[in-house]
Amino acid sequence: MQKKWISHLTLSVISLFMVYPILWWVGAAFKSNEEIDSANIFPSQLMFSNFTEGWYAIPGYSFGHFFMNTFELILGVLFTTIISCSLVAFAFARLDFPLRNFWFSIVLVTLMLPSQITLVPQYDMFNAFGWVDTYLPFIVPHALAGGIGGSFFIFLLVQFIRGIPKELDEAAKMDGCSWFGIYWRIILPLMKPPLVTVAIYCFLWNWDDFLGHLIYLNSVENYTVGLALKMFVDANSAVPWGQLFAMSLLSIIPAVIIFFFAQRHIVEGVASTGLKG
Amino acid sequence: MKQLNESAIKEEKLSKQSLISKGKQKRKRWESPVAGYLFLSPWLIGFFLLTLYPMLLSLYFSFTNYSLLEAPEWIGMENYSNMLFNDSTFYKSLYITLLFVVISVPLKLVTALFMAIFLNQKLKYMSFYTTFIYLPSLIGTSVAVAILWRNLFGSDGLINQFLGIFGIQGTNWIANPDSALGTLILLVVWQFGSSMVVFLAGLKQISPELYEAASVDGASKTRQFISVTLPMLSPVILFNLVLQTIGSFQMFTQAFVITKGGPIQSTYMYALYLYERAFAGFQMGYASALAWVLLIIIGVFTALIFLSSKKWVFYEAKGGK
Repeated sequence: MQKKWISHLTLSVISLFMVYPILWWVGAAFKSNEEIDSANIFPSQLMFSNFTEGWYAIPGYSFGHFFMNTFELILGVLFTTIISCSLVAFAFARLDFPLRNFWFSIVLVTLMLPSQITLVPQYDMFNAFGWVDTYLPFIVPHALAGGIGGSFFIFLLVQFIRGIPKELDEAAKMDGCSWFGIYWRIILPLMKPPLVTVAIYCFLWNWDDFLGHLIYLNSVENYTVGLALKMFVDANSAVPWGQLFAMSLLSIIPAVIIFFFAQRHIVEGVASTGLKG
Repeated sequence: MKQLNESAIKEEKLSKQSLISKGKQKRKRWESPVAGYLFLSPWLIGFFLLTLYPMLLSLYFSFTNYSLLEAPEWIGMENYSNMLFNDSTFYKSLYITLLFVVISVPLKLVTALFMAIFLNQKLKYMSFYTTFIYLPSLIGTSVAVAILWRNLFGSDGLINQFLGIFGIQGTNWIANPDSALGTLILLVVWQFGSSMVVFLAGLKQISPELYEAASVDGASKTRQFISVTLPMLSPVILFNLVLQTIGSFQMFTQAFVITKGGPIQSTYMYALYLYERAFAGFQMGYASALAWVLLIIIGVFTALIFLSSKKWVFYEAKGGK
């Protein structure tokens, strides 16, 4: 009984220690610049102006614009990822074709490939296509089951499809269903849970793909939230920390909302990859 | 997980059954390769066009002088020899990156492992604690957190306020070349939650019977940890170790936003150096050579981990993996 009590105490202290910087951050977003250095979480006076002024801090564009940009990029990436990765995963998990195991091992190898190795030639290629300063350098690789996390998503989905009983396909096959029909009518509807996981990770990782955004997006018009924040820091010699914290706080809200609504999927996603490797 | 395993067994049985009906199998044989490659085609095109071809191209670029504007000019091994013999920044950034990887990865994994073991007990509100501890991992790689970190470790930041309570006079941790890398390491270790969740899932897979048997034999808690927990968890540890190592070698955003590689290049990570050579200096050939060296270094590290894993990773049954 007492042991339980000690566990609870220890865990509470650790949890507080882990989230204290975040709590302080939330407080700091409402603080005036004079008060910002205080370790106290609670501001003496709530400065909502941090949000209203921060929102328009970058001349010419509001943060709403950058949020819409980021959402636009990510919607394109999400849609293409779900289609392409599920198609490819279906092939690996259900169809029998020459060199299947070889290609699958290549998928696993690309999982470990550092992105720097293709950075320069990809930039060169996309530049030649006139895709720099558009969202195509992000969307096209995802449409080809690549991009950030592509191999990982294929792997995750293959593991899941392998767990779906094959009787279902066989029965559909008997009824004269084509391979695409099996994918579309049987496997895809059953794949909802792992696809949610894929969508969540795809969202989070692309939201934070700072290097990619930095390289390919060069006009403020097309900036994502991350780039806008970086610009906000660099533009001011005396950083208006209150406003900056307010805006950066807003920038993580989508991730936090997703986390609280889909916690189970995140944890399962992480867990399944670690166990079935 | 268990369900997945069970259905995998089912699947095996089924495929055996279907082997019996060979006639049907034969009809499938000819139509399925075409369908297979059709379904595979997005990935296959992507692999050739966006991975293999750029990789070979970057290998070629690494032997050239290339600024994007003019055609690449072949200079043989010059990039590599310059890197090895004339480029002190290369060595500096490599050293810093190695230091970062060698310190942060074990620290993160050990913290994650112990927290996972601690969280793996039957208590109320466990998922509540897990959520809080996981939260930093969720947002950790964003620009927003990098900005937060820059302030926390500044001269008047939260950390110094906290140290002040104990009468310790802190410096500006980020402006100090001796501590700047440390703040980045702390930032990464703070995000041990994702590894912890993987360990936690691994711990739940270990059969309680093993612990019962161990305690019947009189094994202490420490002994149980060494003889049951660690071996059973070793495949998961290997997985985490490989992915964390590869990821840490490529650390970019935090170094770029928090310290910009400074002060006096004390946090000049390899990926940052490569980025600046490519997109600030437009030395694409040199940057490609840097990328290939990085690939080789990561490859060597990964190979060493896998080779050593034969000694310390325990697989329950050969068929189990």
